[in-house]
Amino acid sequence: MIPAAFDYVRASSAEEAIALLGQHGDEAKLLAGGHSLVPLMKLRLAQPSVLVDIGRVNDLSYVRDAGDHIAIGALTRHMDVENSPVLAEHVPLLAHAASHVGDPQVRHRGTIGGSLAHADPASDLPATTLALGATYVAQGPNGTREIAAADFYQGYLTSALEADELLTEIRVPKMNGAGWSFQKFNRRAQDWAIVGVAAWRRGTESGVGLVNMGSVPVLAAAVSAAIASGADVADAAALAADDADPQADLNASVEYRQHLARVLTGRALSAASA
Amino acid sequence: MEITVTINGTAHTADVEPRTLLVQFIRENVGLTGTNIGCDTSSCGACSIHLDGEAVKSCTVLAVQADGAAVTTIEGMAAADGTLHPMQAAFMENHGLQCGYCTPGMVMAATSLLAENPSPTEEEVRIGLEGNLCRCTGYHNIVKAVMACAES
Repeated sequence: MIPAAFDYVRASSAEEAIALLGQHGDEAKLLAGGHSLVPLMKLRLAQPSVLVDIGRVNDLSYVRDAGDHIAIGALTRHMDVENSPVLAEHVPLLAHAASHVGDPQVRHRGTIGGSLAHADPASDLPATTLALGATYVAQGPNGTREIAAADFYQGYLTSALEADELLTEIRVPKMNGAGWSFQKFNRRAQDWAIVGVAAWRRGTESGVGLVNMGSVPVLAAAVSAAIASGADVADAAALAADDADPQADLNASVEYRQHLARVLTGRALSAASA
Repeated sequence: MEITVTINGTAHTADVEPRTLLVQFIRENVGLTGTNIGCDTSSCGACSIHLDGEAVKSCTVLAVQADGAAVTTIEGMAAADGTLHPMQAAFMENHGLQCGYCTPGMVMAATSLLAENPSPTEEEVRIGLEGNLCRCTGYHNIVKAVMACAES
């Protein structure tokens, strides 16, 4: 399968990419690792007329300790998130979740920023960064702005990014020794999760993100509220589907997804509480 | 757009449409047909090659993205005198193939895996090859071959 024809331009900096987006408007799409976009283009589900390749903007690939949070360049590949010693120490949940994305070949190409900007509720990293209370940095023609992960996902494959904005950095609070667990339920290796749960807990504080439980990644706020008020794991996990509006598809009915969310949240919180 | 990709040590320059996939460039422009196209949706791994030393699925990389890069395909694995790469030899000795369609991609993924983790456990091999599907062997002898190669 070959994508529909398009014009290809290569940006050598974030500023150049933003200028090119401004020039081409809605017709243009950014190409990073291409592992979400190129498959859609091959299936003709996406037909941008211009691709702006940012894959060579190397200064957007980094993982840095920034005091209270870890700053991750948007073009950092999944493999480099997975293997980052800085993340292993301070945000192990994110490093571990990255190891569940696709397969090694996909992780050699796909980037964290590309995955988040694609805003697929079935992807592992949007829900994980949501659970961790991350903030995303978007750069546009008039400078940068911060967008909370909780405000970023606006609909299926739709983010708060403007057409001339580039996601440049992901800021993830340090976990400071919190317990954590990532639960991914799928039928085949390398597949998207039928339902996934990313959870952390430190005493009465917790965060629970749900993968593939609606048109956007879901924060299970009712679960964390229950934990904060002293509920045990089983009672809190029973509320896991309360904030979600899952869809039925070939893999699962709505009821089955709700069941999986409760069971996986229970497992994740038990592991995170140990 | 004119691109230059070094494949198995030889630079290849061609004028390609931006929508040309890297696997097409390798097979049709350069004429190296050892890299197979299986699912064409980045699931099966038959098209795995090394891009700057790491396994990638060449059906999901545009040729223009590989401009200036070094690619190794299955044809670049054996020595010039025909001596098989140790991973190829291990697949042969352990009967790690039947029909052979997945084999080039398996060999490329397995060598990339050992470059990152030279002494994997059997479980790590199975997880490390999750991006490569084989419909003949049930994977058992493929895993055996990779373990044997890692030990040798």
